Amino acid sequence: MMAGVAEDEEKWLSAGITGLQQNAFYMHRALDSNNLKDALKYSAQMLSELRTSRLSPHKYYELYMRAFDELRKLEMFFKEETNRGCSIVELYELVQHAGNILPRLYLLCTVGSVYIRSKEAPAKDVLKDLIEMCRGIQHPVRGLFLRSYLSQVSRDKLPDIGSEYEGDADTAMDAVEFVLQNFTEMNKLWVRMQHQGPARDKEKREKERSELRDLVGKNLHVLGQIEGVDLDMYRETVLPRVLEQVVNCKDEIAQYYLMDCVIQVFPDEYHLQTLETLLGACPQLQPSVDIKTVLAGLMERLSNYAASSAEVLPTFFQVEAFAKLNIAIGKVIEAQDDMPIYGAVTLYASLLTFTLHVHPDRLDYVDQILGACVKKLSGKGKLNDSKATKQIVALLSAPLEKYKDIDTALKLSNYPHVMEYLDNGTNKEMSNVIIQSIMKNRTCISTAEKVEALFELIKGLIKDIDENLQDELDEEDFKEEQNSVARLIQMLYTDDTEEMMKIIHTVRKHILTGGPKRLPFTVPPFAFSALKLVRRLQSQNENVSGEEVAATPKDIFQILMQTIEALSSVPAPELALRLYLQCAEAANDCDLEPVAYEFFTQAYILYEEEISDSKAQVTSIHLIIGTLQRMHAFGVENRDTLTHKATGYSSKLLKKPDQCRAVYACSHLFWLDEHNDMKDGERVMLCLKRALRIANAAQQMANATRGSSGSVVLFIEILNKYLYFYEKGGVADYR
Amino acid sequence: MNYIIGAFKPACHISITFFDGKSRKQVPSKKENGQTLMVPLFQSQENIVGKISIEPVSGKKVEHNGIKVELLGQIEMYFDKGNFYDFTSLVRELDIPGELYEQKTYPFEFSSVEMPYETYNGVNVRLRYVLKVTINRGYAGSIVEYQDFVVRNYTPPPSINNSIKMEVGIEDCLHIEFEYNKSKYHLKDVIIGKIYFLLVRIKLKNMDLEIRRRESTGSGANTHVETETLAKFELMDGAPVRGESIPIRLFLSPYELTPTYQNINNKFSVKYYLNLVLVDEEDRRYFKQQEITMLRLAETS
Repeated sequence: MMAGVAEDEEKWLSAGITGLQQNAFYMHRALDSNNLKDALKYSAQMLSELRTSRLSPHKYYELYMRAFDELRKLEMFFKEETNRGCSIVELYELVQHAGNILPRLYLLCTVGSVYIRSKEAPAKDVLKDLIEMCRGIQHPVRGLFLRSYLSQVSRDKLPDIGSEYEGDADTAMDAVEFVLQNFTEMNKLWVRMQHQGPARDKEKREKERSELRDLVGKNLHVLGQIEGVDLDMYRETVLPRVLEQVVNCKDEIAQYYLMDCVIQVFPDEYHLQTLETLLGACPQLQPSVDIKTVLAGLMERLSNYAASSAEVLPTFFQVEAFAKLNIAIGKVIEAQDDMPIYGAVTLYASLLTFTLHVHPDRLDYVDQILGACVKKLSGKGKLNDSKATKQIVALLSAPLEKYKDIDTALKLSNYPHVMEYLDNGTNKEMSNVIIQSIMKNRTCISTAEKVEALFELIKGLIKDIDENLQDELDEEDFKEEQNSVARLIQMLYTDDTEEMMKIIHTVRKHILTGGPKRLPFTVPPFAFSALKLVRRLQSQNENVSGEEVAATPKDIFQILMQTIEALSSVPAPELALRLYLQCAEAANDCDLEPVAYEFFTQAYILYEEEISDSKAQVTSIHLIIGTLQRMHAFGVENRDTLTHKATGYSSKLLKKPDQCRAVYACSHLFWLDEHNDMKDGERVMLCLKRALRIANAAQQMANATRGSSGSVVLFIEILNKYLYFYEKGGVADYR
Repeated sequence: MNYIIGAFKPACHISITFFDGKSRKQVPSKKENGQTLMVPLFQSQENIVGKISIEPVSGKKVEHNGIKVELLGQIEMYFDKGNFYDFTSLVRELDIPGELYEQKTYPFEFSSVEMPYETYNGVNVRLRYVLKVTINRGYAGSIVEYQDFVVRNYTPPPSINNSIKMEVGIEDCLHIEFEYNKSKYHLKDVIIGKIYFLLVRIKLKNMDLEIRRRESTGSGANTHVETETLAKFELMDGAPVRGESIPIRLFLSPYELTPTYQNINNKFSVKYYLNLVLVDEEDRRYFKQQEITMLRLAETS
């Protein structure tokens, strides 16, 4: 059925075009022969085609454009006619003899245009007459097109200041009055469309209306271009009149479109100076109007304006733009009860962007906005509206981007409250954004307090927020996000050792809540961060000895001990082992023998009890040997115990080659270059000989099982060791 | 051949010329056969002066019982065709009985002729002025020649000319208020006015303003009324809403109007009406008719 209608429409359109062309042809002939009477007759007939009610606005426009082109020719003719001595006043009367109103008014506008150009009467009077006569067309579509024609032909003939048609003192006002009136009438017609015809065609009608909206909006463009509209006139006349029409028409489509038009058409500085009036209209609009987009557009414009030049900023302060916008937004949200959450959040996000541009120094404004947002969100629980979530992320990201400094965000007391309304996934995402911002800007978080706040903010990453809800998160994503947490821990740093100590306490507190899955990621950076402090304290102690320091390496080692222990719950013995060894080494550097010994003990216990995989054992033993070798803090006894244990572990490895290698590595434990009292050539030899034995055994085993004598790599490696120690003077003889 | 035709031709040729025929204004006048002819224009109290020349067809003499010229004001009713009622009749004798051998010219003059009524060509009635020259011939039948002329009388602008203002409507359906700036219009006048919609509950399609002429002839039981619509002028296209006001500007000059004639010689009257017609989407018509007085002002130019 719809196809049928469209087909019919096509037919009607082509019939209309045919009729129009036919009469245009006769009109041309009359024009060519300077026959005014016939010209009027055929042009009126031609214009009668525009009287149709059958076409949709889209098709009607096509017909209108053709008529428009023809009317240009007619206008030329009228102009020539007056040059030939025909009185323009008579002509103006003559066209009004046409019996049908629509052709009559098109002709009248056309002659009116020539009339103004002739300057025989003030432009103002002619325009006033035209606009008054146009009232005769009450049919919305035909009326809109006629008035749009009037607007088109009068555009360059307004009695504007500086125009050649300029009139007396109030000339710009006359121009404005004319356009305003045309605008008002057109808008009325446009709105009226909505209420005509059956209710079931509502959708179609709304589509048709949106096709026509630019005809109405054009008037506002014209207003925007009138030179004589200065700020005063805009404030006193133009804006109040336009808004009055917008508010009073009570039409959703018109209000939305026209508000947007007003914002786009007039200059920013005018908006700034009339903000109160403009915003005052917003709460009066229909509840269904998408006011947030309108306001967001306004704020975006103002933001850009503020960003465009620093010179305009004082004006923003002067007019208290923020306060006005803030109040207006509050009112709009209040007025529009059923505005979706995301709408409100969008408004706040736009206001925030605006504030960041205009008042970058006013953190309290930002916090105020976030506070208002929290208030709006409160009692609604977590958001599950994806649009709203997106807006909140934008809202929260904006300050980060602007200040490039998490410090600032941490000062915003409402920031974490807003975050709480995000669902878990988005919360994490947002946390990631925060971390990324920190990383990108290389911001150090330098007080425990801020660290506390930061962890509060990103707690989505630090611990499972909802215990019951098992994370179905992708393993990769999880790793990714925990890696960024790990990186973040590195950024928590201050030169003040005392404060750093506090930070370490805070971090520890938080990461321990992370659960077994997170610990392997978070403990290492924490440990290293703590060790860094240890080293700093160490060097400080060397410099300023005797000073009472709050944080001692010992304390830190205690903390570390406890923290690493936590890894056993994961369990991650290998990682723990490495960390123990790191700590031991650090303790060694601080000459804290008992502490270092304790760490080693822990490492050994782990080795014995937890590390059962042979490959892991090999790696671990080598680590142990390597670390132990560098230890110099141990007394002979402790050292003997540890080395003995280490050699013992080495010879108990599963695979012969591994045994062999571990054993010859152990040889280094007895020979420290820089410590003369630790050069025990005998025990080195013992190790090497033992390694040789094992190598032999390995070869024999290979012979027995595979039938070949196997490689001699092990022997070469051992030889290498011999040569090394030989050079050092550690091996007396070589067999 | 020529001779035979000559036998049916009038024996002489009569021509009537006006003294100021060259300078006097001529207006078109419709003849009975539908042709339009330019004829001189007079008004009441004017002197009608001219001359009549009679030229016998070459070489023939015209015997007659006297020659006269008459000025007649006649009213002709179409239901009584051919029967003229003369409301004015003036006679001038031009010649005593005798014979005409050659062309002879007679001057004539009617001074300050009372011509109270205007020439009018209606549907059922015609009022005309004519000069009639008669050459009386006893046995052969008189030779008669006519010369039409048009009379128009001018009235001064009315001292009182109120506007027409009226509120009309159908209860709970349609209420309008309309205003025409005057109640008396001259023939080249412009009707200015507006229609204000107080209540609109019907779906209107358009609105027209019509000028109607009501010509009534005869009297008593024989009264015959004929109404013509002389102008149909569209005022509004589409459906207005409450509060709209629609302007009226109707130029009267393109229409063939006459002044209002009130009971001309007890024979006929011509009245004019403005008829405001509103048409709804079902093509129902709602109208309100108002009489206006038409008058002829002296042309300034």
